[in-house]
Amino acid sequence: MVKRNSSKTICIGGEAGQGLVTIGQLLCKALVRSGYHIVITQSYQSRIRGGHNDFFIRTSVDPVAAPSKTTDLLIALDQASISEHGHLMNRDGLVVLDAILDPETHHALKVPFKDLAGDGFLNIAALTIAGALLGLNESLIQKLISDTFHKKDKAILEENLLVFEKALKWVREAAPAFEGLPPASPKGPRRLMLNGNEAIALGAIAAGVRSGFFYPMTPATSIMLTFIKHARTMGIVFEQAEDEIAAVNMAIGASFCGAPSLVATSGGGFALMAEGISLAAMTETPLVIAVAQRPGPATGLPTRTEQGDLLFVLHSGHGEFPRAIFAPGDVEECFSLTQKAFEISEKSQGPAFVLTDQFLADSYRAVLPFDRIDTKPLQSVAHAPDTKTPYQRYALTPDGLSPRLYPGMSHHLVIADSDEHTEDGHITEDLSIRKKMVEKRLKKTALLLSERIPPSFTGDSHPHVLFICWGSAKGAVEEAAERLRTPSLRTATLHFSQVWPLAPDDFLPVIQSAGVVVSVEGNATGQFAGILQRETGLRLEKQITRYDGLPLTPSYILSAFEKIDEGH
Amino acid sequence: MSTLKDYGSFETAWCPGCGNFSILKAVKQALVQCNLAPHDVLFVSGIGQAAKAPHYLHANVFNGLHGRSLPVATGAKLANPHLTVIAESGDGCNYGEGGNHFLAAIRRNIDITLLVHDNRVYGLTKGQASPTSPEGFVSKAQPDGNPSLPFNPVAVATVMQAGFVARGFAGEMAHLTDLICQAIAHKGFSLVDILQPCVSFNRLNTFSWYQEHCRKLENSYDPTNQRGALDVAMMDENRLPIGVIYRNKRPSFKEKAEGSSSERAFGLQPFNQALFEEVLAHYY
Ligand SMILES: Cc1ncc(C[n+]2csc(CCOP(=O)(O)OP(=O)(O)O)c2C)c(N)n1
Ligand SMILES: [Mg+2]
Repeated sequence: MVKRNSSKTICIGGEAGQGLVTIGQLLCKALVRSGYHIVITQSYQSRIRGGHNDFFIRTSVDPVAAPSKTTDLLIALDQASISEHGHLMNRDGLVVLDAILDPETHHALKVPFKDLAGDGFLNIAALTIAGALLGLNESLIQKLISDTFHKKDKAILEENLLVFEKALKWVREAAPAFEGLPPASPKGPRRLMLNGNEAIALGAIAAGVRSGFFYPMTPATSIMLTFIKHARTMGIVFEQAEDEIAAVNMAIGASFCGAPSLVATSGGGFALMAEGISLAAMTETPLVIAVAQRPGPATGLPTRTEQGDLLFVLHSGHGEFPRAIFAPGDVEECFSLTQKAFEISEKSQGPAFVLTDQFLADSYRAVLPFDRIDTKPLQSVAHAPDTKTPYQRYALTPDGLSPRLYPGMSHHLVIADSDEHTEDGHITEDLSIRKKMVEKRLKKTALLLSERIPPSFTGDSHPHVLFICWGSAKGAVEEAAERLRTPSLRTATLHFSQVWPLAPDDFLPVIQSAGVVVSVEGNATGQFAGILQRETGLRLEKQITRYDGLPLTPSYILSAFEKIDEGH
Repeated sequence: MSTLKDYGSFETAWCPGCGNFSILKAVKQALVQCNLAPHDVLFVSGIGQAAKAPHYLHANVFNGLHGRSLPVATGAKLANPHLTVIAESGDGCNYGEGGNHFLAAIRRNIDITLLVHDNRVYGLTKGQASPTSPEGFVSKAQPDGNPSLPFNPVAVATVMQAGFVARGFAGEMAHLTDLICQAIAHKGFSLVDILQPCVSFNRLNTFSWYQEHCRKLENSYDPTNQRGALDVAMMDENRLPIGVIYRNKRPSFKEKAEGSSSERAFGLQPFNQALFEEVLAHYY
């Protein structure tokens, strides 16, 4: 866990279209290859060009898992970066900016970008200067540039390398006062650099998913774009649907035929999918939907973050049926829980959800190569030689699970119905069958519970202060708890990476062993605290919430906690 | 060889005298004529009286939501291209609730056959105007007469260069059977809009009204000429042409995606760890 102030935060600010994301991604790669840990926060506006965007990199020798409020190195590509972030600079911070911009009162390094990089190579010059200031190995940066551009024209690669050398020479001579990063060891195991959405797509691929359907919506789109990028290699079919209603129904059709399917969307698109979720439950078709939350209601803030759709996902779809909802806390969990969601969805023959948000979606981290949980192939019952004729898709069984066949894979006929149906899948209005079928579907809750992931507890036992959180809040809350700890104040965090179904025995003793219990959520109404109260009767009166569109940070949590503590 | 007996016979929830009975018969006969075995066929339907039809024959069935048969059929066909996928539902289902899917399916040109039981009314919900109800159609929901112009599915499909566009009539069984057969054989999206009386809720377009107004297209008619086909598709109610109105050889979704992965999508594929490592290598 990161110690106070042992990390550095770099902010690259500028207009959309200036290439700040490219600079950010390259600098991240350089840091990861050098052996540092990273947490990225991307803050951007819902437009293609112009506006003000930021790419924050918090980096450290020790693991980091949360963004920081303040900045040490500001790479300002526009004047707005200085007015937006100048006041959040740490005392020894440095502003790197184009010679034509005004550094105001800040300690600054004015760079003649035009001379160094001409038109079009600003990103390489900025990368080189930032790398040098942070103390990264020069040949590592040079190799990164070669790796990045070797596929392009040879002349372009050479031009890039020329800019690198020029910028390096310039910054060495300029030699501004700035304390770089403490050395890290690049010797450790090779790590991957990817964000939450990429990890969700890879988790789905690792699970054995064979199809994917979507309608574009920020911040979910990059899940499907990553998925599609690897579709050909992995033998996956995909289609951009005409709307979210079509996307979810296509997924159900594909899944019904034996091609497990990934669907990704955000709140508004998810609203359109609600009837399809109910359809998956009624027809007992596996379905996994990744919901990347952004602030609502309605169109809300398309490119910002919030944990505001938990209750919506929990209650989506008409009628009564079981479901599993996973809420990854970091990039590793985006991968592992997506794989888990597919496994549970196939096993329970019903809907499962992966609930993420814009912060985690866009947050790059360095992770060890994923260990695929070596599950059996998702499709397990395509051929069942001992199946009796006529095959009963909805045969009543003690655990509510009926043997599943796929249409066209044997001489058996597979009949599924969105109407209430008989065991053989035909529409019925026989009310005694209705009752049995309701009970059959609800029995599957037992399977979901037996496979649940209990919340993770970190910190001191019998804590004086216990923070409760879920999903992407994990890193910020755990760091806040860590920072709050003193020899006389025991602190801990209870993080839920599966938010439904819940088994109170997993966590009630821990909560009851704590002194002050505080829930921390990225929404205005404390939705998870509400669920806990409903399920356990436990009332969490102390709540820290954030709903301004920005992610929770340790400092935000600590200053909110101070206020709670004063009122106490 | 499959026979009519393979497709079974069932008790139905339709009104006596409903056009659905002869459509069901024609569908079964067409499947036999195409020599398809029940387990090679997947029917996907929506909700409505028409959408119940797949429950009344032996085949694989996915009876989904009102308006959503086409997207489910699309996903199914992508997952298993060996299945003969037939979407079957009413005019309300396909042209009203599922209108956007109808347009998208034509553009996508995936190899699905769409059979629309077009009784020009919402039957199951008891007689409200549907997208194909005539202007002025009076119902409890449109007491002053339907203010909207009817949707012309065959004209729209022709304008959009659907691969196969036909109009049939429930009262012309042999003719309808042949249209359905041709539609199934067509590689790409095919539409058969089937005119059908509703004995309970459509007093205007009765069996004898259709008999008077429907005319079979002549053998000399050329369905490959889009402009000519559009004239035919847009003929007014006094002469409702039935037959193959328009067809073309536009490559289907699958042909365009050839070389991609659709053949590998379904089934018991073992997980390929080596390929997965290749994917992970993008992120170092
Ligand atoms: C989402 C949704 N909206 C409305 C309904 C109610 N509904 C059921 S069938 C139907 C209309 C059926 O008309 P059509 O598709 O023409 O079939 P028909 O009964 O005439 O054969 C409606 C509105 C429904 N089941 N689902
Ligand atoms: Mg109708």
